[in-house]
This record gives sequence, structure tokens and C-alpha cells, in this order.
Amino acid sequence: MRIEIPELSLIAMIGSTSSGKTSFANRYFKPTEVLSSDFFRAMVSDDENNLDCSQDAFDLLYHAAEIRLTNGKLTVIDATNLQQSARKKVLDLAKKQNVHAAAVVLNLPESILLERNQARENRGYPERVIKKHCQDLKRSIRNLKREGFRFVYVLNSLDDIDHAEIIRTKLWNDRKDMHDPVDVIGDIHGCYDELVMLLEKLGYQEIDGIYQHPAGRKAAFLGDFCDRGDQNVNVLKLVMKMVRSGNALAVPGNHDMKLLKYLRGKQVQLTHGLDKTIAELSQESEDFRAEVAGFLDKLISHYVLDDGKLVIAHAGLREEYIGRGSGKVRDFCLYGETTGEMDEYGLPVRLNWAADYRGRAVVVYGHISQKEVQAVNHTYCIDTGCVFGGKLTAFRWPEKECISVDALKEYYAPVRPLDEKKEAESMGDLLTIGEYQGKLYLHTDLIPGIQIQENHAAAALEIMSRFAADPHWLIYLPPTMSPCRTSELQDYLEHPLEAFEYYHKKGVEYVICEKKHMGSRAVMILCHTLATAENRFGVKDGTRGIIYTRTGRRFFDQPEIEKILLDRLDAVLTRNHFWEEFNTDWICLDAELMPWSEKAQVLLKNQYAPVSAAGSQSLAMAVEALQKTADRIQNSELLERYQKKQQDIANYAKAYREYCWTVHSPDDFRIAPFHLLACEDQVFSEQSHIWHMENIRNYIADGSDLVFMETPYLVVNTQEKDSIQKGVAWWEDLTGTGGEGMVIKPEYFTAKRQSELLQPAVKCRGREYLRMIYGAEYLSPEYLSRLKQRSLNRKRSLALKEFALGIEALHRFVKHAPLYQIHECVFGVLAFESEPVDPRL
Amino acid sequence: MLLTITYQGEHTQELGYLLYKHPDKIQTFELSYGKAHVFYPEVSEQKTMAALLLDLNAIELARGKAGSKEGGLFDYVNDRPYVSSSFMSNALTRVFGTAMSGRCDERPELAEKKLHLTACISALYDGGNPSLAEECFAPLGYEVHTERNLLDPMFPEWGESPYINLTISGEVRLSDLLNHLYVLIPAFDRQKHYYVSEDEIDKLLSHSESWLADHPAKEKIIHRYFYQRKSYAHKAIDRLLETEPLSVTESEESEPTEQKKSLNQQRLEAVKQAVLESGASSVIDLGCGECRLTSMLLDEKQIQKVTACDVSVRELEKAMQRLHYDRMPAYRKQKLTLMQASLTYKDHRFSGYDCACVIEVIEHLEPLRIPAFERILFEFAAPRTVILTTPNREYNCNYEFLPAEQLRHEDHRFEWTRNEFQTWTDHICNAFGYTCELQEIGEIDPQYGAPTQMGVFTKCG
Repeated sequence: MRIEIPELSLIAMIGSTSSGKTSFANRYFKPTEVLSSDFFRAMVSDDENNLDCSQDAFDLLYHAAEIRLTNGKLTVIDATNLQQSARKKVLDLAKKQNVHAAAVVLNLPESILLERNQARENRGYPERVIKKHCQDLKRSIRNLKREGFRFVYVLNSLDDIDHAEIIRTKLWNDRKDMHDPVDVIGDIHGCYDELVMLLEKLGYQEIDGIYQHPAGRKAAFLGDFCDRGDQNVNVLKLVMKMVRSGNALAVPGNHDMKLLKYLRGKQVQLTHGLDKTIAELSQESEDFRAEVAGFLDKLISHYVLDDGKLVIAHAGLREEYIGRGSGKVRDFCLYGETTGEMDEYGLPVRLNWAADYRGRAVVVYGHISQKEVQAVNHTYCIDTGCVFGGKLTAFRWPEKECISVDALKEYYAPVRPLDEKKEAESMGDLLTIGEYQGKLYLHTDLIPGIQIQENHAAAALEIMSRFAADPHWLIYLPPTMSPCRTSELQDYLEHPLEAFEYYHKKGVEYVICEKKHMGSRAVMILCHTLATAENRFGVKDGTRGIIYTRTGRRFFDQPEIEKILLDRLDAVLTRNHFWEEFNTDWICLDAELMPWSEKAQVLLKNQYAPVSAAGSQSLAMAVEALQKTADRIQNSELLERYQKKQQDIANYAKAYREYCWTVHSPDDFRIAPFHLLACEDQVFSEQSHIWHMENIRNYIADGSDLVFMETPYLVVNTQEKDSIQKGVAWWEDLTGTGGEGMVIKPEYFTAKRQSELLQPAVKCRGREYLRMIYGAEYLSPEYLSRLKQRSLNRKRSLALKEFALGIEALHRFVKHAPLYQIHECVFGVLAFESEPVDPRL
Repeated sequence: MLLTITYQGEHTQELGYLLYKHPDKIQTFELSYGKAHVFYPEVSEQKTMAALLLDLNAIELARGKAGSKEGGLFDYVNDRPYVSSSFMSNALTRVFGTAMSGRCDERPELAEKKLHLTACISALYDGGNPSLAEECFAPLGYEVHTERNLLDPMFPEWGESPYINLTISGEVRLSDLLNHLYVLIPAFDRQKHYYVSEDEIDKLLSHSESWLADHPAKEKIIHRYFYQRKSYAHKAIDRLLETEPLSVTESEESEPTEQKKSLNQQRLEAVKQAVLESGASSVIDLGCGECRLTSMLLDEKQIQKVTACDVSVRELEKAMQRLHYDRMPAYRKQKLTLMQASLTYKDHRFSGYDCACVIEVIEHLEPLRIPAFERILFEFAAPRTVILTTPNREYNCNYEFLPAEQLRHEDHRFEWTRNEFQTWTDHICNAFGYTCELQEIGEIDPQYGAPTQMGVFTKCG
């Protein structure tokens, strides 16, 4: 017996005890597909025959079934299901999950069942139970269809059971196997001329009266073919021909269903332009009208195409409805979702499902006419109101481009002006908390699976909420950077030889050493125009750029300073023709902003300066007391010890003072960009650092504005002793006078050895500078030997993950990914930054 | 880090007997985090100076003892090695313990006698409070002299250093001087290098019984000595003054003034009243902090459900302790939900409440994030009633401690004037279909209004 069921459905086994449901289910379905009541009884009570726990067992069983269906998995319920009340649960769940319910009934003769029951070792039921079951079953069978089972299969003999064949059918909407490029065309509403113009613009040619594409592209019509426009019948003819000849797909719109109702002789109001269509149709033959009705009747509510990557539906589709079939899903496809309220134009108020859409599939839909294509979260509304004098738009797949032709005229006055921005429908990109709580898994190109612990996500949520700038600006956060391995040289904690050695071992021939500016990390984003900030970034607060810290917080409390610095950046970029040459109107830079004292005021005043204040005054007194004592008693050892301490604290003060100066005007700031991160269509993460340095010099730090500084650098060949020596000498030179040190990077921004991602940079800090990190006296041998015991593994692993996430965020932004996908990357960086790692590394 | 004690008079070398330390030796003692050196910079008939010099192991302070896994108590970059703090008191008992007890077998009469003594302490932290030293030592009969430098002479604009070098001199028994120092040095510095337990009360009292009860600044001294352990401070004061203990909760806000406390109370009362008047039976407290409002609402019969949200998990954990969540009776507990949530992320869990309270929260949001907050609360959660309070900036001129133009809390991103608040509430009403009633909370200044302003929003229709 052939048992045909949809590949995603909920199947109820129905049959008396001893009818062999379990062995049937196990024979024809995967073990994980079958949820057996016996199994769940055992799970909750250790006894599969314990009927007292049935309630618990079924609760658990249905919970599991629901999760399976949510995940799109066929599910078989292996229980007797003899009572209508039991079957109602099956049907309710199927309805809730928008899947079909199927019943497979094992209707064996009573004699066989009794025989089997007796043969059971310890589970023989009284005969009357079996008999009762048989009666119940007889009574049930004829009602199953009426109860709501879409598919009912009754197996009346052992032979039926043995020779059953389960055939899993695809749903009508499943066209995942269609991989042809597609041109999805929005609401036509009888605008035949524009439709023809658009098809021709897309490259379709009329051959034998049918439009077809020479490259085999398919058209896909989003419904609402008729009403309001002036050539409704022509549109219908064109569409029907294309669909029938396999050159197009079509899904129905709400107008089409209303027309169908009319054609079937039902009472409908001839409003919203239906009157025009009907007037035209009345000129056609009865046959044609029947043909139209037949065509509309067969339309499938939505299609899932190209391996599930593309979904088309007239009014869009929630993620959980994709690929499902039910009245509810069909209604959504036709009408969308409304609140039941009316707006000031008497139009229904719509729920903004697209704002909450988080699916991977691209959903293209129409239904709501707006002046421009609305793209949010992988959904595209391409009804651009042709009939209202707007334009007719096609969405090209897989190119994801929109191509339009303008309407020749306004055929019908719009109820609501096309260009009115509905507040509720804009800003569909508000972030939703659920995606950032709990344990998170992120996928990046550089590292495929990155896991974030729940407590770190919670910490990041707090930082984001309390301090971060508008998430629209946060398209990147810089990674943490690990120091080089602890030096084995006696008087050093860090030394560049270790950094050269690391990259040499990893097969990197050339590294670039960049002077480490002692300032604060600053990410700068600048849009050439205000319009770019609004359209490209979705920032509508009147700023056209931002400078933010490594934790995503606005760098300056005073917006005026930020604006002046950004304007100066714009001036220098414009002067150097950056915008034209890079063909962009925005830029994202990674930079160091000085003086350090500007951002670190609190730290300086509460920690750094007090240590030197207390140290210098105490040690002066101590040395004085010891010197006096020396007149009477030999105490040179102690005296020298405290004189050394005094020298150390003086050196320490000297180290931090290097990085402090008072800012009187914006001219006193210094900005040293070191990565040109991204601009329109490009992320520069594959370029060499020399490329970055040169472009920064040419376009920004060209000397024309003293605020923008170049970063001195030196290229070192890790295989040549001389070159390494030069690198070491350069570092000694930089740090001898208290400089922070240098950053050593592989030649190319993203460096790998085979599949291993290498540290994008390691830092090597100066001996004097490190007093600011490890205290004034850290170089004393007793201290240094302990400090050398430090582990970098954790820091290094964080650096890599944060690097991968930061670059991923940029790529996603450049590829126009939805905000929530960009945000999860920068959120991830912040989460990792909340991990407790020695902050001195 | 350095304490010198100078004895002036006749046969001052006898200081050596009193201290049990030979004037011609340099002696070194092991301490828990380093060493203490004792030596005499000056020895003569008329004047003898003894010095106690600390030599703390900075690396152990930062990393913990060698070989221990516990880690250090302090940052590497730290003033601890250089200041006079609890480490100094600790060293005093360790090195001069006998002298402190007043015992001197060789010169018992000298130990009992008031001598002309001068103590000099280097780098004592007073946080820039110019009168603290005088307040603490003058009532004990000392002449007080302090010396203060700039925080950093290279950057005069950073202001003065929070440390003084202190010199006190007077006619005093050596043991009294040492006990005074023992108690008062940590009262200046406040940070302690060890875990402060209740034993600390005994320790304090045993060194101060004879003199602290009559000290005019005793409460201040004890509070500073215990710093964040307010309950210990109160117990110590009670025991010192032999009064009945007052019940005190541990987690009072730090140094609340009477006025601030009562304002907070008034605010909560006003909010509670507004909640009750709105007829709400379910309330979401957005930015619940320590859950003071939440706990008041749980006491109300009308309120059947309270959800308290905060963006800080730490704050929520503190709130749970404060509410005794673990031991809460089942009936009360089922009314309460605590959850981490953010006001700048859309959250379906905010829906379905009659009333939302946003008490002293909005001023902690970045101004540019407020549009998102508005939509999340008024458009998506859209409760029938929203009660929101925020400071009235105009009133700030009444706070003496607040410099002009400064906000009341360092995390406040802005504070609104009455006008600005009303402009905002009007905008909310227009954009989201609410009406709003404004209310003032706290003492009303005729010109500048009340310290807190409250808006009670009601959804139209």
C-alpha cells in the first residue's frame, strides 16, 4: 500500500494495543521521528506500562513533538490515539505548527489482536480492553477526515502492513530545486505597458507571443495582477502565458483572490479598482473568464526557491511559516498581518513582521506600495506603486539588484501618499534583546564557530546599553592585542626578538613594525554627506560620522570637538580626491588618538599621578632619614635600596608624563590612523600593511593638517639577521626615551599558515614604559623574575576571536547585511572583552 | 611608609628602652607583605629620633604571595608601598607592640610619664580634606602641622595631592601616641590590606578605649576606620558609647545625606501612589536597581505581578539578596520576576503590563539612544500607564556640595530643566498617543521647583 504524506507533517498512528503500531513506526520511519507514549512513560516513571503517569508522559511527548515540528522535522506520534480527545491534541498541534496531519490506522481483525495479547509475557491486557479498543477504532475510522486529518490511510491486514510503502511528498510551495536566476516582479495592477517595458529592460523577448529570457531566467510575479490599472486583461493574458509555458512563476495577491471570488459568482464589493477589471473581463468570452478562474485557483500561496535561499509571497512571510502549508499561512501570504486597527486613511494598520524577521532566506514581497524598495533584515518589499504613478520594480536573483521602470502616468489616486514614511515601518531595524542573551554562537569567515558564554553576553549587554553609541555606527570594534612572548633576556620583560621569532616560526617572511603611539584607540567613521549617514548607516540624528572608543563608546563627550575633527578629516580626504578615487562616500578608520591624558584623565588623577606623588614625598623622607643615620651607623645597603626606589619612581613619573599634554584647542589633538578599514563595497583586510600606511600618508597624513599624523614604520625580514638587528635597534631607539614601543604585524592584514589564523599583531613595549603597567620598581630582579611567569594563551585566543568578529562585522556591513547581523559581531567582541584576562597583557 | 618618633628632653636616648630597640642598630622585621626597618637617624642627649620604615613587596601586593594562587589585592601601579596605611598600623603592633601596651621593664616610670614627643608620618592620604588632620589630632592635645604638594608639579592644573606629610607633637605618653597612630592612620587612609571582619571592632576598641569616647570626631573616625562596613562602624560606636544598638542595614548608599535619603523615600512614595491610582495590578519596574520600589509594590494587595528589570546582572544579584529572594514566601515570590533587560533593545517581555515605572533611569541613557528607548517603551511595550521620574536640573543650585553646572551623579548623561522635561513629555504624547500629567516631588523651591520631576503617562483610548 502506498502511503503518501508530505515530507513535513505530523503523523498519528492509530490502533489498538497489540496492533503493532510501534513495530510499524520503527520499520518505516527513522527512530528519532517516532515519539512513542510507552517510551515517554518510561522516561518519567521508569515503567512503560505505568498508566498513572500518562499525563506527564504526554505532556513531555507533545513538548518534544512541538520542538521537532518547529525545527521542520516530520514527527510520528506512536500512541493508540483511539479517543477523539487524544486525536484533537494531534490536530491542534499540526494546526499550530502549520503542517498537515496524517493518520495511519492499523485496523487488524480482533482475533489477531487477542492472539497477540495472550502471547505477551507480562503485559497481557484483559480481553475486554482489546475488544473495547476495536470498537473505538471502528467508530473512529470514518470520522478521521472530518476531524481534520488531511491524509488518512487505513491498513486492514497484516499483508497491508508488510507491504506498506511510505512516500514522502514535497509541498507545492517547495521549489528548492529550482536554481534558475529569477526576476521577481512586484504588484502590476493592470499596468501592462510598464510590465512590457520592464520585461524588455530585463532582457525578455516576445517569441511566439510569449515573453521569455534568452539566458533562461524566469520571471516570478508577486500577485495583484489586476485592478486599478487600464489593461487588466492584457496583464492576465501575459502572465498566464508565461506561467503556463514555464517561463514564470506566480503567487496570488489579495486582489486576485477577490477576483476569483467574483468569478465564482460570490458577492464581493466592487471597490479598490476591481470594477475596472470586471468591466474589461465582461468584454471577454466566458471561456476566458473560466480560464482565469482556473488559473487563479491553482496559484500556490508562496514559493521557496533555490535551495531555500529565496522566498516569494505577495504580502511577505514570517520565518516560521516558510515552507508550511495551512490556511493561516495562506492568509498571511495574501494579506500580511494587521492589528485590526485602521489608520487615518482608513487603511489597516500593519504589524511590521519584517522588522522581526531573522531568517536566512531572502523574502521578496509586495502588497504595500511605497516610493522606494524597502530592504530590511533580508526582506525586500518591491511594490513601488506603479499604478499610483510610482514605478514597477523587479528584483533580480541572485544578483539582489532592483530594476525599475517609471509609471507612464498615475492610473489611480493613492489612498496614502507614496512617499509618506510610516514611522512604524521605518526603523524596522531596532535591535531585539533575545538575540543577545544566553549562550551565543557566531559564524565568521575567519573562524567558523565562535561561542560566547552567557555571563559574558550579559556583561556585554550592560556595556552596550549603558555606554555604547548608536548601534548603527558600530560596524567594527578593534580586537585586543597580545604582547610578544616574555623575553628570556635578563633585564627585559618584553623584547622584539620574541615577536620576530613568533612570525618567523609561523612562516611569515616579512613583518612590519609600527611605532605604538601612546594614546587611546579610536575608530573613526565619516560620511562625505549627511545623506549617506542617513541612507547607508541609518543614523538620523544629524551627525555624519563618529569617533568611538574600543568599547563602542563615543570618544568625546562634547559633540563639537568630534565634529571639528571629522570635518578636518573630510577636508583632507576631499583635498586629496579620496572620495572619487575610492569611489565611496564613507570611510572607516582605525586610529590612535592623542594625548592619552585626554581620555585617561580619571586614571591619571586617581591612580598614576597619586602613586608618583606619594612615592616621591615618602621616599624623599626615607632617604633623608637613612642619610642622617649613615653618620653614625653603616647602612649603605639600605640607603642604596631606597635611593634606587627613588630613582624608579622618578622614571615612572617621567614615563607617564610623556603622554600627557593639555588640550587647549583641536589643534592640540593628534590622530594617527593605521588601518584604512573599509569604504563602500570594500573591506581592506586583505591588503598589506604597507598599502595601509602608504594610503594613509597619501590621503590623510599628508602633512597638510597637523592633527593627522603618520605612523613611523619599518619592514623587517624575519629570516635575515641584519634586518632583525635593525628592527631591534629601532625599537631600542623608540623606547629608550620612554616611548611605548612598537606593534609587529605580519606583512598582510590577515595572515594564515595553512588554516591557522595568525595573530594579526603583537605588541612589544618599552622597558621604561612598562613601569606604568607593572609599577615603578618592576625591573628589580626579585620582581621581574615573578612577572616573567605570565601566560599569553588566553589573551592570544581572545585576540584572534575578536579580530575575526571585527572583520566579519565590516564585511557584513559592506555586504548590506541587516543590522542585527552586524551587531552580533561587535557585541561578540565586547563580550570577549568582559572575560577576565590579566589587563596588563 | 615612614614614621619617625622624636623624643626631646633629657636623656632622650632612653627612647631606645621604651621602644625595646637599640639605638645603634638597624633592625629588620618580617611582615606579612614585606619588611619593616627600624633605625635611629638621630641620637643625642636632647633629641633622639627613631624611624620605622616600611619596605613592602610591591609584587606580592599585586600578585599575591609567591606560590599562592589567590592573586593580589592591589594593582601593580599602586600607592600602597609608599603611603602610611593599615600596613603601618600592622607594623606598629608587630615592631612596637610592647611599647604600645605601655610596658617598659627597664624604665617603668618613663613609660608612665608624659614626654615631649613628635611623630612624623609620610604620605598620609586625606583625600585633599584640609581640616581632617586637625580634627583628628588636635583634640588629643597635639600641635598639628601638615605639608602638601601638587599632585604633579608638571601639571599644576591637576590640582593638589591627596597626601600630606603630617607632623604632630605634644606632651604625651609614648604608648598613647602609638595607640593614637594605630587607630588614626587607617582612619585617614580607609583602604585596608586585609579582610575586615567583626573582630576588627575589638581591635579598634582595645587601642582606643581610654580616649576615643571623649573625642569630638569619634563618629567620623570610626566611620572612616570601617569605611564601607557601616554596620561594624555602628556596632563599634554603640559599644564605645555603651548605647542600645540600632538596627542598620548593610547596603545603604554610600554617605547618604539626610536630605537625599528622604528625597528618595518621597519619590518612591509618590511613584507608589501613582501606580495605585492608575489602577494597575501588574507593574514592570524598568531599571529596578536595588528593588526598593519593587519591594514596596510587593506589599500592596492591588499589585499582583511585579517584574523588576535591570541591565546590570550584579545589581540584580544585590537586589535578590536585599529582597531575601531565596527565602521569600511562595505567595510573594510568584508575584515577582527579576530579569536582565536593556532599555535600548526591543523586548517582547516588556509587553502585557498595566504600568511601567522608569524611576531615575532615563538620565543614565546616552541622549542619542533615547529615541530607541521611546519606541521600545511607548510604541512596543505600550502599557496603559508609564510613570517616569528624573532630576530637575534647575534645583541643583540648592545643593551646596554640587559645583555649578555639575550633574548630581557622575553617570548622569544629562539632567533636564522643567521646561526640557515638559518638551519631551509633549513629544511622547504626540508621537505615541499618550497624555501626561506632571508632578513635582520633594521640597519645592519657589524659583527652581522641586528636586525630582515625575511624568505620569496614560495611553489614549
